[in-house]
Amino acid sequence: MTNTPSYRQIVLDGLWHNNPGLVQLLGLCPLLAVSSSFINALGLGLATTLVLIGSNVTVSLIRNWVREELRIPVFVMVIASFVTVIELAMNAYLHDLYKVLGIFIPLIVTNCVIIGRAEAFASKHSVQRALVDGLMMGLGFTLVLLAIGGLREIIGQGTLFSQAELMFGSAFEDARMVLIEDYRGFLLAILPPGAFIVLGLLIALKNTIDNHLARQQTRRATNEAARNAPEAAATTTQATES
Amino acid sequence: MATKTDRLLRNTLLGGLILGLFALVAGLLVATTYENTKDRIKENERQSILRALHSLIPPERHDNDIYADMITVQAAGLGYRGGLAKIYRARMGEVPVAAILEVIAPDGYGGPIKLLVAVNFDGRLAGVRVVSHAETPGLGDGIEEEKSNWIHQFDNRSLINTPPRLWAVKKDGGVFDQFTGATITPRAVVKAVYKALNYYELYLEQIFTAPSEPHE
Repeated sequence: MTNTPSYRQIVLDGLWHNNPGLVQLLGLCPLLAVSSSFINALGLGLATTLVLIGSNVTVSLIRNWVREELRIPVFVMVIASFVTVIELAMNAYLHDLYKVLGIFIPLIVTNCVIIGRAEAFASKHSVQRALVDGLMMGLGFTLVLLAIGGLREIIGQGTLFSQAELMFGSAFEDARMVLIEDYRGFLLAILPPGAFIVLGLLIALKNTIDNHLARQQTRRATNEAARNAPEAAATTTQATES
Repeated sequence: MATKTDRLLRNTLLGGLILGLFALVAGLLVATTYENTKDRIKENERQSILRALHSLIPPERHDNDIYADMITVQAAGLGYRGGLAKIYRARMGEVPVAAILEVIAPDGYGGPIKLLVAVNFDGRLAGVRVVSHAETPGLGDGIEEEKSNWIHQFDNRSLINTPPRLWAVKKDGGVFDQFTGATITPRAVVKAVYKALNYYELYLEQIFTAPSEPHE
């Protein structure tokens, strides 16, 4: 049994330190394929999050029941049925979005994040923690998808939130924002290579921020040490004098 | 020794039982969801087909149930090699108004392009729409109605007002525009629409007299 992480730690892991899209680099197939616009990214991100929560909770519930050698087939079954349920539900209640995301919904099954979290986290921790982990990993994945989707849509088409009506109904038909007037479009951003490039840039950005924070921390530590050192020296001299 | 095999056997059976139990629960979950969503999904599909049909033949032009008034045909002339093409029929008080044909343009740049081709009873095109395609975004996807009005060039064209040699893109001496950087896509669509019109002329009578078939 590994030690139990705090909720704060689970949240930070999912959103930043161990982000599925930027650090674990899991689930790249749907990530890269669907992130050509903000709304597509949102749809797939939410569907993945739902599956993650469902599978994490179920796996955690049955973790003491299922023996080592049966774990993986049972996990696969749990995940496959959750994905099928969500696919059917999307087809029934978000039909237009379903038509756009099409084949990528069943492909959530192949998203390694899900079985990865089931095996690495949910099978070892309590239901509440597994739920929070599923939610946070899903949110982390969704946020990366949204960043890539948003950037690709802006660079590629000069718009944001186009086709919002697919997800939120006809009331949102005007949600589409034209950010750059008379933009001819930048094809590379919409094509698959654009997804790789944007993802690479995001990973680089995250590493830069992490490095910056780490450097700040060491500087603060050395400063503090330097501040404490003369005092320590002073006390020792005082001690010898008296 | 015997106890060891016994244990192994028991373990295996127990494992199988647990796995079977999970399969049962998972199966039940999926089956219940399917049962509860299937009518809605069917209705969604009907609505989305109906919306596409009505964008070509507006509701005021017909009074029949255009979705139900459908036949399926085996037709290489509509681009279907194997598989059945659907043809929807619009009528006003039993009088044929137009037919909407499912057509595949097999030679798109990114694979087959699925089209709906609406032909008025007199042989003029009421319109063409792209149902699905895998053409390059930004280049070939101008065939979509939302992206450009290229597809409206077909409106009102017929085999009579546009002779066969003009059913081509301008680059090939025809009347239809091509896109900058994408000739293959419009060429494929023009060819498929032309073939569909020929099919319509050839089978005009059967198209409107064949009894309608149920959607499967």
